[in-house]
Amino acid sequence: MRDVSIIGVGQIPVAEHWDKSIREMGYLALSAAMRNAKVTVLDALYVGNMLSGELARQEHLGALIADFSGLRGVEAVKIEAACASGGAAMRMGYMAVASGLCNFVAVMGVEKMTDQQGPDITAGLAMAADGDYEALHGLSFVSINALLMRRYMHEYGYTKGDFANFAINAHANGVGNPNAMFRAPITFKAFSEAKSVADPINLLDSSPIADGAACAILAPTAIASEFSDKPIRVRASSIATDTVSLHDRREPLWLEAAALSASRAYDMAGVRASDISFFELHDAFTIMSALSLEAAGFAARGHGVRMAQDGSIGRTGKLPITTMGGLKARGHPVGATGMYQIAEVALQLREEAGPNQIANASLGMAQNIGGSGATVVTTILERIK
Amino acid sequence: MEVSRFWRTTKQRYQLIGEVCGHCGTKIFPPRDVCPSCDLEAKTPFEFGGKGEVFSYSTIHQAPAGFEKYVPYTVALVKLEEGPLITAQLTDVDECDVKIGMPVEMVTRALREDGERGMLIYSYKFRPVMESKSI
Repeated sequence: MRDVSIIGVGQIPVAEHWDKSIREMGYLALSAAMRNAKVTVLDALYVGNMLSGELARQEHLGALIADFSGLRGVEAVKIEAACASGGAAMRMGYMAVASGLCNFVAVMGVEKMTDQQGPDITAGLAMAADGDYEALHGLSFVSINALLMRRYMHEYGYTKGDFANFAINAHANGVGNPNAMFRAPITFKAFSEAKSVADPINLLDSSPIADGAACAILAPTAIASEFSDKPIRVRASSIATDTVSLHDRREPLWLEAAALSASRAYDMAGVRASDISFFELHDAFTIMSALSLEAAGFAARGHGVRMAQDGSIGRTGKLPITTMGGLKARGHPVGATGMYQIAEVALQLREEAGPNQIANASLGMAQNIGGSGATVVTTILERIK
Repeated sequence: MEVSRFWRTTKQRYQLIGEVCGHCGTKIFPPRDVCPSCDLEAKTPFEFGGKGEVFSYSTIHQAPAGFEKYVPYTVALVKLEEGPLITAQLTDVDECDVKIGMPVEMVTRALREDGERGMLIYSYKFRPVMESKSI
C-alpha cells in the first residue's frame, strides 16, 4: 500500500448560493483545489453528496461535474453516506491512491440545499434516518438528535445551558474564517433564548442549512513535494457503521461507529487520542459534539460536555475543536461538510488558517458523522516537515 | 406513501408484530430477519404487548413535509416491556406532562393524510397508561 498525501485544497464560502447551480459550485471548488495542487489532469473524481436528487433535482454528479470542469472522460462517481458523504469520498479517494490504481484523485463534497423550502429540506434530511420506522412517524432529523440530548441530560444530570459553549466556541471561530456562513459571535443569553426546533434542541444548538463545495487533491506521498511546498500526509482513514435507527442501537448514548472508526484510525496512524493536536468534529448539534468527544476517547462517558464548560475546546485549549467555525458557524451543507473538515485541517497544518491559526498544530483529526451515528469517517492528517 | 409500502408494513404498524429469535430468545422490533444479539436468522413472528415506558422524547416545532399541520407534536423512544426500543409519536398527553420513565401503552391513530386524495396513514402511537379505577 502506498502512502498518500493531500497536495491541494479548494473551497467556496458556505452560504445561500442562489446564483450558483450544484455543478458550478462543484467546479469552483475543484478548480481551486487543482490550481492549489498545480495539477491539470486527474485519474479520478469522487463526489460526496447526500441530497442532490431530492433537493437539487440532479443525480449523476460524477459525470456532470467532471464534464462541466473540462475533465470529460475521467473516472467520476458520486459517493453517498448521508451527512458523512464528504468524508466517505475522501476515504474512497484515499483507497484509490493507496492501492496504486490512481495517482491523482480529486475528492469533493458538494451540496445544494437552499433551492427548496424548509419542510422539504427537513424531509430530505430525515432520509438519513430509518424511512419506515423513524421518518414515517414524523421524526425530523433534529428530533432524533433531540431524543439523544434529552436522554443525555437525564442520565448524566446536565441542563440545556451546559451545552452552550459548544455553539459559542464555534461562532467565535467562525468570525475569523472567510468561508464561514456565520461570522458573528453569539452570547450565552442568545443561546438560552433561541427558538426551539425540536425540544430540547433550539436554533443555536443546530448547524444551519446551506450550500457549499470543498475539495482536496490526493497523490502518492513519494511525489507530493513536486506539487506542493506543504504536502499534508494522510496518516489514517477509516469508516465504520452502526444501525441507521437510534432504537436499534445497543446503547443510544454511545456512538459505537464513532468509537470504532476512531480506534481504527488511531491504530492505522500508530497514535493515541492524546497525540491529536486539534479535532474537527461533527457538531451538527451540540449533543453530537459531546458524544463525539466521548466516542473518540477525549472524554469519559458523560464528560464530553465538561470539555466545553472548562475551556478545553478553545483555540488555546487542551483540544481545540471546530477551529474554523465547525458545522455550527461555518455551516453544514450536508454532503459537503466532510470535505470542508478535511480542507480546514489541511489549512491548519499548513499554517494558513489566518487569525484562527493554532500554535504547534502537528496532527489533526477530522470526524464526519452520517445520520445519528450510522456512518462515521475518521481521518488523521499530518504536516510533512 | 406508496401503496405497496403501506401494505407490507401493515402488520408492524397495526399490531406491533416483530420477531423472536429462535436461537437466543431476543425479542426484535422492528423485524429485521437477522438477530441483532446473536447474528443468526430470526424469522418467527412475535406480537408485542404494547406496554412500555418513555426512554426519551422531543416536541417537534419544525416538521418535515407532510407533518407541518400537526406541529407541535411529541415523539419518543419507548422502551417496550419485552426489551426493544421503538420510535413513535406520543398522543393523548400534553407535552408538559411527559416524563422519562412514564408508563405508556400502544394505541392506533392516524399519522397523517397523504395529500388530498391520498391515504390516511394509521400507525401505532403511545399514550400514558390509563389508571384503572376500582369500583
